Amino acid sequence: MIEVNDIHKSFDNSHILKGVTTSFQKGKTNLIIGQSGSGKTVFLKCLLGLFTPEEGTISYDGKIYTDLTDEQKRDLRQEMGMVFQGSALFDSMTVEGNVKFPLEMFTKQSKSEMQDRADFVLKRVNLVDAHHKYPSEISGGMQKRVAIARAIVMNPKYLFCDEPNSGLDPKTAIVIDNLIKEITEEYNITTVINTHDMNSVMEIGEKILFLKDGLKAWEGSNKEIFKTDNETVTDFVYSSDLFKKVRQMYIEERN
Amino acid sequence: MLFLLGYTYFHPMNYLASIGRYAIMIKEVFKKPTKWRIMKSLILKEVDELIFGSLGILIFIAFFMGAVVAIQTALNITSELIPKNLVGFATRQSIILEFAPTFCSIIMAGKVGSYITSSIGTMRVTEQIDALEVMGVNALNYLVFPKIVALCLYPFIISIAMYVGIFGGWMAAVFGGFSTSADFIAGVQLDFIPFHVAYAFLKTLVFAFVLATVPSYHGFYMTGGALEVGKASTTSFVWTSVVIIVANYILTQLLLGQ
Repeated sequence: MIEVNDIHKSFDNSHILKGVTTSFQKGKTNLIIGQSGSGKTVFLKCLLGLFTPEEGTISYDGKIYTDLTDEQKRDLRQEMGMVFQGSALFDSMTVEGNVKFPLEMFTKQSKSEMQDRADFVLKRVNLVDAHHKYPSEISGGMQKRVAIARAIVMNPKYLFCDEPNSGLDPKTAIVIDNLIKEITEEYNITTVINTHDMNSVMEIGEKILFLKDGLKAWEGSNKEIFKTDNETVTDFVYSSDLFKKVRQMYIEERN
Repeated sequence: MLFLLGYTYFHPMNYLASIGRYAIMIKEVFKKPTKWRIMKSLILKEVDELIFGSLGILIFIAFFMGAVVAIQTALNITSELIPKNLVGFATRQSIILEFAPTFCSIIMAGKVGSYITSSIGTMRVTEQIDALEVMGVNALNYLVFPKIVALCLYPFIISIAMYVGIFGGWMAAVFGGFSTSADFIAGVQLDFIPFHVAYAFLKTLVFAFVLATVPSYHGFYMTGGALEVGKASTTSFVWTSVVIIVANYILTQLLLGQ
């Protein structure tokens, strides 16, 4: 479980996060949504320890990040997996090399053990024929799968995803969403996803945090988001005509 | 001078902050080392890329550099009182003391420096450095340390450049009819001071450190997108050259000055 308590973050003179408090449950897919510039990426980078908040605390299963020594922070980071928006695969390594990288860096496994583990996670993300290909030789959807495989290869406790289905076609996006949800439940990990995709929100958003101008504007589940009367949320979620019609139908059905 | 470097106004604090950040970067490079098994392969990869990959261009440049120095010296000897072996002597001194270590390092600032800045900068833009940091890898040690170690072999290619430069001078002098082979070789052997070679190698080692770290700094701390990677490469070349030239002056004063 990740608990965030009143975090603030500024860059030069702009105050990006203005006191966000929330918590993310274990075994659930937690989504952060909000308009561009609302502070989602900064918030996620604070959770990852890439940015240090000026005020407030973030604790991972009771361990407050800022209270940890450098060694403990390093150990904690090895319990985190991250899927970046652009996949962030290492260009100079093959798919297999990318997946094996954390194992080579942080474990004392033999070559055959590493190979078995890499084969297992690549199979888990339904990628069996791309072991020796380079990131530039595979599609965006496959790159995302490799990024997920690399993120879970060390059995992380926390999985973070920044726009995991941006740039993907709707079908592949659903596949990636479902894969993340399955992995979250299967390994009982705390997953936090930063997204703009309303399909993801509706499909896998067990907990949704809505950020606006660096503040928490709303939080709830994908079921509650249909019912909310919070105008800030409805303006954002139902900005497309399709979703407006869906909501209208839902309200009519309810009445 | 700053105007010539493309800066229209001077921010002393920015430069001080950059120097401070560079010093912190160097400290971080030597902290928390990457596993030796991985580091070994990274070093070998960098040796291949930075050292062997630069050998061809440096040999080519050194050959013609030596040839031009020999011709220029020969053409400027107008008095009969000046001994003919001066062509070989001047070629050796110019090549060993300045042209091979300093001129080649400026060329390397363009070739190797741009490569280092653009490769690290692209990793920054595509979040590969963030990925390393999230995993708990010391990204500076992983990326910069192998380059520093690989460039410790830089004096090796400079020694080849010295040899080829003098050979180029001999070819130009003898086949161009500016000097006899015997005169040229006598000049090369005249008043040889071994410390000059040591001085050149010492300079080269300092330049190697500059070549590995200044471009890495510009790549690692760059912000923005693809356009900024190009800008960072250009800035990196300018500053690497400036640091090499200033370091050359300081080292020459310290090692050869009275």
